[in-house]
Amino acid sequence: MRHAGTLVRVSTSTIDDHAAPPAHTHRTWGKAFDDLRRGWQQKELWGHLGWQDIKQRYRRSVLGPIWITLSMAVTAVGLGLLYSQLFSADIPNFLPYVTVGFIVWNFVAGCVNEGAEVFISNEGLIKFLPSPLSVHVYRLVWRQVLFFLHNLLVWIAMLAIFPPDGVVAHWKLTMLMAIPAFIILALNGLWVAFLTGVISTRFRDIPPIIGSVMQLLFFGTPIVWELKTLSERTQITKDVLELNPFLHFVEMLRQPMLGRDIIWHHWVVAGIITVVGWVLALLFMRNYRARVSYWV
Amino acid sequence: MVSIDVWNASVEFPIFDAKTRSLKKAVLGKAGGKIGTDQKVPVIEALRDINLSIQHGDRIGLVGHNGAGKSTLLRLLSGIYEPTRGDARIIGRVAPVFDLGVGMDPEISGYENIMIRGLFLGMSRREMLKRVNDIAEFSELGNYLSMPLRTYSTGMRVRLALGVVTSIDPEILLLDEGIGAVDAEFMEKARDRLKDLVKRSGLLVFASHSDELLMELCNSVIWMDRGQIKMQGSLRDVLTVYKGRDPFENLPQHVLERIGESR
Repeated sequence: MRHAGTLVRVSTSTIDDHAAPPAHTHRTWGKAFDDLRRGWQQKELWGHLGWQDIKQRYRRSVLGPIWITLSMAVTAVGLGLLYSQLFSADIPNFLPYVTVGFIVWNFVAGCVNEGAEVFISNEGLIKFLPSPLSVHVYRLVWRQVLFFLHNLLVWIAMLAIFPPDGVVAHWKLTMLMAIPAFIILALNGLWVAFLTGVISTRFRDIPPIIGSVMQLLFFGTPIVWELKTLSERTQITKDVLELNPFLHFVEMLRQPMLGRDIIWHHWVVAGIITVVGWVLALLFMRNYRARVSYWV
Repeated sequence: MVSIDVWNASVEFPIFDAKTRSLKKAVLGKAGGKIGTDQKVPVIEALRDINLSIQHGDRIGLVGHNGAGKSTLLRLLSGIYEPTRGDARIIGRVAPVFDLGVGMDPEISGYENIMIRGLFLGMSRREMLKRVNDIAEFSELGNYLSMPLRTYSTGMRVRLALGVVTSIDPEILLLDEGIGAVDAEFMEKARDRLKDLVKRSGLLVFASHSDELLMELCNSVIWMDRGQIKMQGSLRDVLTVYKGRDPFENLPQHVLERIGESR
């Protein structure tokens, strides 16, 4: 299609001694890992944006991000009191239980629900700025981490008011296991956001499906009720509930946070899910990463 | 050394309407067997068989009618779109300036926007802090910089955005047109900064309809037509064919002197 006779080469560049193209390089594991690595290197960017998201939400309000803490406190105390009456549980044990359950659930649900929209909601940035896709995912999980840290203030208040020195909970060294538990949880937040993000960008029905499933799973996860009160009644119900992956993550982090005994099988399940999930997410990253900017 | 190489690259956009993008069709479609050709998602071929090799020091202008593929080519060169067929290799840090508004948040102050915009363009926090004063001085926004961006007029926003964009040190600079909406006096100032920026950058690709800007910033031109490269070569040759007349013919003497060309 070039004009015959008028073809003049672009200054220093030539087409004829154009180096041979590299082997086909779109769908490789290397590119998927490269995306993760380069995204991580831009931590100043997503770190700043994650903060910005939070400040943004409470801009011009007098209390600012303290509202995160306050609304969590109100929900946890309100529902904790209500359900402790319903299940006739004792408040010093049950209130911290519900609080921590809510804090962990908020993190999990935030990663899953917003993860489905992670690329769709960043359409403008994806189409105009060539940044690794992982930047958007890191930003999302970082924002959820910041929410979590704000909510931890409620947890600290609960520990102060109802210290874990009763029958089911004590101050003990295994409480430190909350730190690795949270890291595992955050790692899962990353793969979930990648996987659901890519699929949702292609199929726009996924986010509402995920939204309603998450609402249902909230009730299937021991947050306002306790697994042991159920398992005392029927073994079958407990076995069915154990199929809910969120149950294991909530239990894994909540037990050390409350100073309760750690049940290791939740850690095993969570660990398996982490590995399988990451393999799946990397597979999707490998095959569809380059398609996301076409799909958004 | 910065460079961009593209081999036989095509960019094709799948067009999902609300129905084909949904799961329903994908799932039910499999179960119900094929119904004619509507299984296939229609595709728009925005770029076809692009071959390019751009080296350090190249200053390339992109011309072509609306929809000829200039912006898509810029996005291919920036790495936003990986070619659906063919290959592209980009070596160097890309600073894309496609839309002055992207990454700007109306609710936060001018200062904060400078920071975010800079981070998006690949600068670090520290580098941006060093440049804030320079940007403030250039944009002449004064105390407005601590006001939220939504209080700015369009022209003021462009000033801010141009200030940030022209303060960075890009390796690969990709400019799309749309640098307007500023008063003439300011444009004169921006032009100098833009030229400085181009000098600092290792490689420039600039899509524009303005002959004058092309002549000032570029030394060669690619003419895009219907998603393909119709012609590429020196600025004067390509523009002469593209416009049907020598673009340097009617330029006033002082402009010619500035560009360093003769009639």
